Amino acid sequence: MIERRPIADAVGHATLLLAMLIVAFPIYLAIIAASHTIQDLSSFPMPLLPGAELFKNTAQALFEGPQIAGVARATPALLLMLNSLIMAVSIAVGKIIISLLSAFAIVYFRFPLKNFFFWMIFITLMLPVEVRIIPTYKIVADLGLLDTYTGLVLPLIASATATFLFRQFFMTVPDELVEAARIDGAGPMRFFWDVLVPLTRTSIAAMFVIQFIYGWNQYLWPLLIASDNRYQTIVLAIGRLVRSTDAFYEWPVIMGMAVLALLPPVLVVVLMQRWFIKGLVETEK
Amino acid sequence: MEKRVVFQNKFLPYLLIAPQIAITVIFFFWPASQAVVQSVLREDAFGISSRFVGMDNFIALFEDEYYLHSFKVTALFSILVTVLGLSISLLLASMADRVIRGATAYKTILIWPYAVAPAVAGALWNFIFMPGQGVLAWVFVQMGIDWNFLLDGDQAMGVVVVAATWKQISYNFLFFLAGLQSIPKSLIEAAAIDGASPTRRFWTIVFPLLSPTLFFLVVVNIVYAFFETFGIIHSLTRGGPAKATEILVYKVWYDGFEAQDLGGSAAQSVILMVIVIALTVVQFRYIERKVHY
Repeated sequence: MIERRPIADAVGHATLLLAMLIVAFPIYLAIIAASHTIQDLSSFPMPLLPGAELFKNTAQALFEGPQIAGVARATPALLLMLNSLIMAVSIAVGKIIISLLSAFAIVYFRFPLKNFFFWMIFITLMLPVEVRIIPTYKIVADLGLLDTYTGLVLPLIASATATFLFRQFFMTVPDELVEAARIDGAGPMRFFWDVLVPLTRTSIAAMFVIQFIYGWNQYLWPLLIASDNRYQTIVLAIGRLVRSTDAFYEWPVIMGMAVLALLPPVLVVVLMQRWFIKGLVETEK
Repeated sequence: MEKRVVFQNKFLPYLLIAPQIAITVIFFFWPASQAVVQSVLREDAFGISSRFVGMDNFIALFEDEYYLHSFKVTALFSILVTVLGLSISLLLASMADRVIRGATAYKTILIWPYAVAPAVAGALWNFIFMPGQGVLAWVFVQMGIDWNFLLDGDQAMGVVVVAATWKQISYNFLFFLAGLQSIPKSLIEAAAIDGASPTRRFWTIVFPLLSPTLFFLVVVNIVYAFFETFGIIHSLTRGGPAKATEILVYKVWYDGFEAQDLGGSAAQSVILMVIVIALTVVQFRYIERKVHY
């Protein structure tokens, strides 16, 4: 810093600490709620310190799910999380593969209609699922993909942002590498797998973090596609439970589920922070 | 921009780009064109035949007071989320830029909410604001406020704004911090030597240099408030009470799926499409300008 201002520094730290507390408060409170019995939680205000039931409530959320009168059969969070995992990983991996291939085609080949395809991919940025909601649902229904993993994943794996990111990176790869590969007798696919993909791995990691979170946190799409409980994701299940009439009696279990729902993406962000920030900043270039 | 050295192959590039294009056509272009077609048709009561009605669906939409209401709700919601989110994050980012010590720890905690799904954020804040139960509900009752966001429209708007802003602070914070850290320290030092106070330095040097980041974030936040908050609304208020929090995206889903009004919903889709296209154009035009800096 330019001048020493101990008071200003203290104010800075205090503000940030306060912000941290406020930001973490909802998550803290969810953990507290998951650690009490419903009797404890019913007092107004609710307790702010942890109780002894965290393990029991989380176990119930994981293996049985909240038992709400009128809801025929609860889905255990374990199954819901498995669905979320399948969806998030397939979307992330799918987007990365498809975008790597199309960026490779766009950068390393000259062919008629190249610019046309490039613009087609660009325009998908302007067509989020929210603006074509019913017709997209209809197509998935016509293809018989309702209540399938394919239906959950396939329509979401086209990605303009990932294609642009990889294209941008490929442009910076020195031409000498292509020439060297050619002299050594490597064809385009050999060059792609053995030279280009290994060079791209940090961008791939960054993209994976961003798209994993995107996939795990999907809500509107599974709401349309997964009417069968077996294909519900955990985020969808939470959204449905919150406003259900008798949810009150199962709050500890529901909040335990909410914690389970936010844990994987939060862990990914915290543990892969470097790639996360890289991905976030690069996709917006 | 073109590569100097490329591979020669007639079919391979098409094969490589085919998966992306196939998904784009089947799940993006075809449905979008269907939405446009659907928006000028009206189905009969049994959904068997439909006839061309021109702009009738759009006219009906703009004569529908609920639709105009939804527009106002969306405008208010996105302005509140953008202004609140940006000012809080700018404050926090400038603090973090200043303190250096412990900045990484602050950053790690402050980026959590980005990873939390909108619907889960809704569930967490619901629990805090729940009438007769939540912690803040208790605080409000102690303050003598008649708190029930499930019945009071203004309170419901407040709750969804808080949840949506909480989620977006991480993103804004990271971009502001990156923007602040890219400002050359020599400029600020020069101003300090000339005797400018920290406040003066902020408004005359830092803020103008930060304005590209700011404009970019304004667009991103509006897009976020318009299109990425469905989960928050659906899990917290279901658009209620009395449509007080029914944003456009919620209404397009509700009218299409719950009310089965296909023509009306398609017309709303087309209007949303126009909004996204406008926002994207603004964003990219602006980014192009940033390149010339």
